[in-house]
Amino acid sequence: MSLPATASPTYPPGQHPDLPPPPGSAGVVGWLRANLFSSVFNTALTFVSVWLIYEFVTAAIDWFVLEAVWEAGSRVDCRKQGDGACWAVIATRVDQFVYGFYPADQRWRPVLTFVLLFPALAPVLFDRTPYRSQLLWFSLAYPALGAWLIHGGLGLPVVDTDAYGGFLLTMILGVTGIVASLPLGILLALGRQSQLLVVRVLCVTFIEVVRGVPLITLLFIASTMLNYFLPPGTNFDLLIRVLIMVTLFAAAYLAEAVRGGLQAISRGQYEAADSLGLSYWKKTWLITLPQALKIAIPGMVNVFIGLYKDSTLVVIIGLLDPLGVARAVLADAKWNGLSNETYLFIALFFFMSCFAMSRYSLWLEGRLSVGDR
Amino acid sequence: MSYRLPGVVQPTDRPGPPPGPAFSLGSLWYDEAVRGVAIQILVLLGVFATVAWMIANVVANFAILDKTFGFEFLWLPANYDINQTLIEYTNRDTHLRAAAVGLINTGLVAFLGIIVATVLGFLVGIFRLSENWLVSRLAYCYVEFTRNTPVLLLILLWHGIFINTLPHPRQAMTIGGATFLTNRGFYVPKPVFESGFEWVTLALAAAIVGAILVHRHVRRVREATGRQLPGGWISAALIVGLPGLTYAAVGASLSFDVPELQGFNFEGGLYLTPELVALTWALAFYTSGFIAENVRAGILAVDKGQIEASQALGLPRRRVLRLVILPQSLRVIVPPLTSQYLDLTKNSSLAIAIGYVDLVGTLGGITLNQTGREIECMMLVMLVYLAISLGISMFMNWYNRRVRLVER
Repeated sequence: MSLPATASPTYPPGQHPDLPPPPGSAGVVGWLRANLFSSVFNTALTFVSVWLIYEFVTAAIDWFVLEAVWEAGSRVDCRKQGDGACWAVIATRVDQFVYGFYPADQRWRPVLTFVLLFPALAPVLFDRTPYRSQLLWFSLAYPALGAWLIHGGLGLPVVDTDAYGGFLLTMILGVTGIVASLPLGILLALGRQSQLLVVRVLCVTFIEVVRGVPLITLLFIASTMLNYFLPPGTNFDLLIRVLIMVTLFAAAYLAEAVRGGLQAISRGQYEAADSLGLSYWKKTWLITLPQALKIAIPGMVNVFIGLYKDSTLVVIIGLLDPLGVARAVLADAKWNGLSNETYLFIALFFFMSCFAMSRYSLWLEGRLSVGDR
Repeated sequence: MSYRLPGVVQPTDRPGPPPGPAFSLGSLWYDEAVRGVAIQILVLLGVFATVAWMIANVVANFAILDKTFGFEFLWLPANYDINQTLIEYTNRDTHLRAAAVGLINTGLVAFLGIIVATVLGFLVGIFRLSENWLVSRLAYCYVEFTRNTPVLLLILLWHGIFINTLPHPRQAMTIGGATFLTNRGFYVPKPVFESGFEWVTLALAAAIVGAILVHRHVRRVREATGRQLPGGWISAALIVGLPGLTYAAVGASLSFDVPELQGFNFEGGLYLTPELVALTWALAFYTSGFIAENVRAGILAVDKGQIEASQALGLPRRRVLRLVILPQSLRVIVPPLTSQYLDLTKNSSLAIAIGYVDLVGTLGGITLNQTGREIECMMLVMLVYLAISLGISMFMNWYNRRVRLVER
């Protein structure tokens, strides 16, 4: 397109109407050109990717949906009906995958606890939640309420911890671990920055030792040898022992995330607080900690995601988390060999929850950094 | 308020210090130094009391169970077999040697996993930054899937795929007729070194030393005169040529033992158990997602001005990458990279879930169950892992100091 040289000499300066962009540089075509076909190499990459996606997606749809079997009595039965995934194995055991061996007539309790988790979380996660200050009291009471609902007592029939399993157990481990490790992790981080030599050395030792060993060794300690360190005859619940270990483990990692935040705020903040004559705890609570936590949030969410994922390790010491249920299902002669179906089903659950957490962290990071400017 | 001359001090302005209260124990609480010491002594006492209490409990429990504490069991015969041993081992050997076999197996998985994870991670990280929208989206999906799935689940999933989905040896999948993938494990050609091959190895070592010297010289010349010598080509020629020539001179000293199907299984070649392959691959798959994000962050962290400045100086594209982008992004990439390596090594302890016999499987598993020495075994296992982590973090601190940005 060339400029009509003779038709428009009469526009006053600055009044010329906008010309359309050159063809092929805007809109869908322009986008395609810039992002997929900008050079020969790029075009080749595009074709290779399209081919890969096509192959993968068609195969996946076939296996997951089109040739999948939804109802069958056993693996052999499944294979007679189709070559795809045998979802029947999940369908027949879905209750165990969700609740473990939680008694069927009491399952409203974990369901209610799970539903109540949302109003408890909302005011913590989103600062524009309506009635936030009132709801925060509910959040504070939630751990005790949830523990009562799931475990029972005070009018509700008690359900033993052996019966907890499946995704219910994952949620119990994840939520308890996060709630309990947060204060401990903050204290450890403060201790690591302390002026007092003894406190500092103790905190550093604890953090480095816990971070230096695999979680599985701590879980072994919880399951096999914790009783040696307690007075003879003491014996308490395996789930509680595991929860303690998971909490200590997460707290050490959390402490490092918080320390990053504490080191990132400017020295002037500490000095200003000192010159105002604030005591250590007032300085920490009012000045340094709020700023440090804000900076540390992305790192902390990463620790929480890690804790949540690591909760699967309890299968190795015999708790019945989703992987434990999977192990039991696959050991069943009727269903053995269907590991792909069971593990992919569990992977989907973990992917959804972890992806949600990491998206939340990104969103929050964006919001907080806006506030900084 | 009446006006006063600045600097003129009226006698009434400066009251003397108020008469201090008489010394009392309570006033010590407000003395920061005294309080600090007091808190530390209290904390120390508390820790000592707890530890003493725990030790007393252990002693009491051991007395009840009639157990003793000690490491002499390490020199007793282990009496169990290990299915993958890189050093000589029979079930007559000691528990200590079994633990060493386990540690070497841990090392093997960690080493292989780290190599695969690094290559994959760098590739995906670079794809993630590709100008091509589709490629970067694909890399994004890969990263999100690997990072948001528990590593234990991935290990079990891949192990399941390898033993349930791959064909029997008789219908083995093959790569080039020499490598076979079956549900009993992988069979790959095994290099056989004959006499004379040590010269080739020596030549390779000499070539590497030579390449380092060339690199230093090239750098010295560049820094002194600005001339860029073709150091890369010379090094490449050295590393390929010297061992190649030696190989040709000594005569064929290397051959491959290719696995062959005999009856129901393969004979010859190098046999990799499905556990080793599944564990290595799952750990690498999981870690590569994290490495890709580190690589991406590192490359993005290089200031745009640096790249523009080097282009303005007329540096060619490859040299911009090698001399400007790479050194600066490595400074950002390496610290998290080492901690990923550390995580991979620690995660290799999950081997126990699929029956790969590593340190946790030997010392922390079978030995522990056979001897009943829970405390001793777990202490040793934790000490080994702790030593590895502290070693790696010391290296990381050293590296950080070396590459730290020197600012004026």
